[in-house]
Amino acid sequence: MNIQLLKLIIIGVAVGLATGIGLYTFVYAKGYSYMSNDPGACANCHVMNEQYDGWLKSSHHTVATCNDCHTPHNFVGKYYTKASNGFWHSYYFTTGGFHEPIQITERNRQVTEESCRYCHQAMVESITVSVPREHFDENVSCIRCHRSVGHMH
Amino acid sequence: MAEEEKTVAESEDKTKRPRLYGLKVVVLVAFVAFIAAIAGVAMLTNIIERKQEARNPFFRVVDLTDDTVDPEIWGKNFPLQYDGYKRTVDQVRTRYGGSEAVQQTPDQADPRSIVAQSRLEEDPRLKTMWDGYAFAVDFREERGHAYMLDDQTFTQRQQVTQQPGTCINCHASAYAAYKRLGGGDLVKGFNELNKMPYVEARQQVTHPVACIDCHDSQTMQLRVTRPAFMEAIRYVKAAQGVQNFEVNRDATRQEMRTYVCGQCHVEYYFKGAEKTLTYPWQNGLKVENITAYYDSVGHKDWTHAQTGANALKAQHPEFEMYNQGIHARAGVSCADCHMPYTREGAMKISNHHVRSPLLSVNMSCQTCHKATEDELKFRVETIQGRTFALRNLAMDALVQLIGDLRSARERGMSEQQLAAARDFQRKAQFYLDFVEAENSMGFHAPEEAARILAESMNFTRMGQVALRDAGFTGSTTVAQR
Repeated sequence: MNIQLLKLIIIGVAVGLATGIGLYTFVYAKGYSYMSNDPGACANCHVMNEQYDGWLKSSHHTVATCNDCHTPHNFVGKYYTKASNGFWHSYYFTTGGFHEPIQITERNRQVTEESCRYCHQAMVESITVSVPREHFDENVSCIRCHRSVGHMH
Repeated sequence: MAEEEKTVAESEDKTKRPRLYGLKVVVLVAFVAFIAAIAGVAMLTNIIERKQEARNPFFRVVDLTDDTVDPEIWGKNFPLQYDGYKRTVDQVRTRYGGSEAVQQTPDQADPRSIVAQSRLEEDPRLKTMWDGYAFAVDFREERGHAYMLDDQTFTQRQQVTQQPGTCINCHASAYAAYKRLGGGDLVKGFNELNKMPYVEARQQVTHPVACIDCHDSQTMQLRVTRPAFMEAIRYVKAAQGVQNFEVNRDATRQEMRTYVCGQCHVEYYFKGAEKTLTYPWQNGLKVENITAYYDSVGHKDWTHAQTGANALKAQHPEFEMYNQGIHARAGVSCADCHMPYTREGAMKISNHHVRSPLLSVNMSCQTCHKATEDELKFRVETIQGRTFALRNLAMDALVQLIGDLRSARERGMSEQQLAAARDFQRKAQFYLDFVEAENSMGFHAPEEAARILAESMNFTRMGQVALRDAGFTGSTTVAQR
């Protein structure tokens, strides 16, 4: 057999196998759902069942999905946050050894704080007007008091 | 010649190089694809595993009936819960509670080779407080659920006094025994058990508290099985305006997550010659309500050896104390902190390894409180430290009063004047014991614990005044809120 042809076949099979397995895994794990706004996607893996159940019963569930509060309200910020969280969530869920109950990271908490203000700007402006943006956390935190609006726990 | 050789070598090189280069590319690409495939398949199997976890498998291996007592049989259907239950054999200390494993030489009367530390050795003032009562002979730190039956069976208290069968109610899985003794009638069986001497009643039971004491065997719903609680909770509910409260019919699921624990973690006494287990809640759950009840029925646990006072012993009033606290007010149940929800795979189960929440701050506290584990532990231990300091003050005061009373008695003080002081001792001692015997060092209701200890010290003070001034009966304005 032609040696060149053999090489091409080997390369083709190798690449094809890897792609095939990768694609199958992607579809099987509902990878495409992470591009959507469907809150069900966040509970694809069961570690967020409690948060999802809590959201279903919360006051905000008719007006806000996970992404509305947990991703920034601009295209780049949103997909950067999704990609970053997607990677680290998968990493820890796959390898294990994370803190339970799960806790929000500092960056994600700031994103959430800003999301409150995105919708309720008119109402909270008089509260936040005197506080520099970088001091939101120490001085005025929405979720410190309104913790249960999205999901308790 | 030399030049010719060189050209040959060069031409060979030219033909060899691309062949080797091509092979390298193939190997490299194949290797990368190989790694990618392994990573892909590894991830795929991990995802499959996680999806399997999420299916919440339940395998009914055995059929349970209302007569299945052995928790091992229940454990075949509920292995995760059973695992936790079995772990209550651990002996772990917290700062103010928990037991330490202490070795002892087993003998005929007491075959235990490991016991908990003696509280009497830790604090000899307890011996003075309980002088003349069996608790002054042997009192050790409580151990986990797994030990309740053995520790009750082999305590030296059994040797210095004749204990009634009533003790079995809360030191064993008694549900099946009630049913058997009463011919199916729970209350009748309960009365039969109370009447027996301890040794006879002990033969009716085999296990410490088991699944069946809190769960219905068919539905796994929580269920109260102790007649003493069923009766007493009616008084508590009636005071709240709920008449004819039938606990297994009317309690909410969240209430049941406290009531099943409140079946035993309460103050109690043995009523009358029948030794009926009774929870003294007719006037309410607070310490002054309970004291008033005991005064009204003229109950005493023993006569104090040094002073002759009609003394009372408080017994682990966790349910009563917790009900005065902020967590009860907020609707948090016993199980929320002591049996926190735990993730096993994708399954959310109550951790049946019942123990101090200080050993599971993340699952017990952080579900609601957004602070670090260290911070939360610090808050709890601050409360406990303050309660402990107050407890020590009240204990010192009481020991002084007992000393004063004893010498007044020896001096031949009139019975009338002694009686007034003895009554203050009875109250001071019961109030102090209400915090001392309660297993949270004040945490279940911090302000209430502090108030009780302050009142205890006030009773002690009045007792000492009564010894000084004949005719002093105390200011009756004991703070009633």
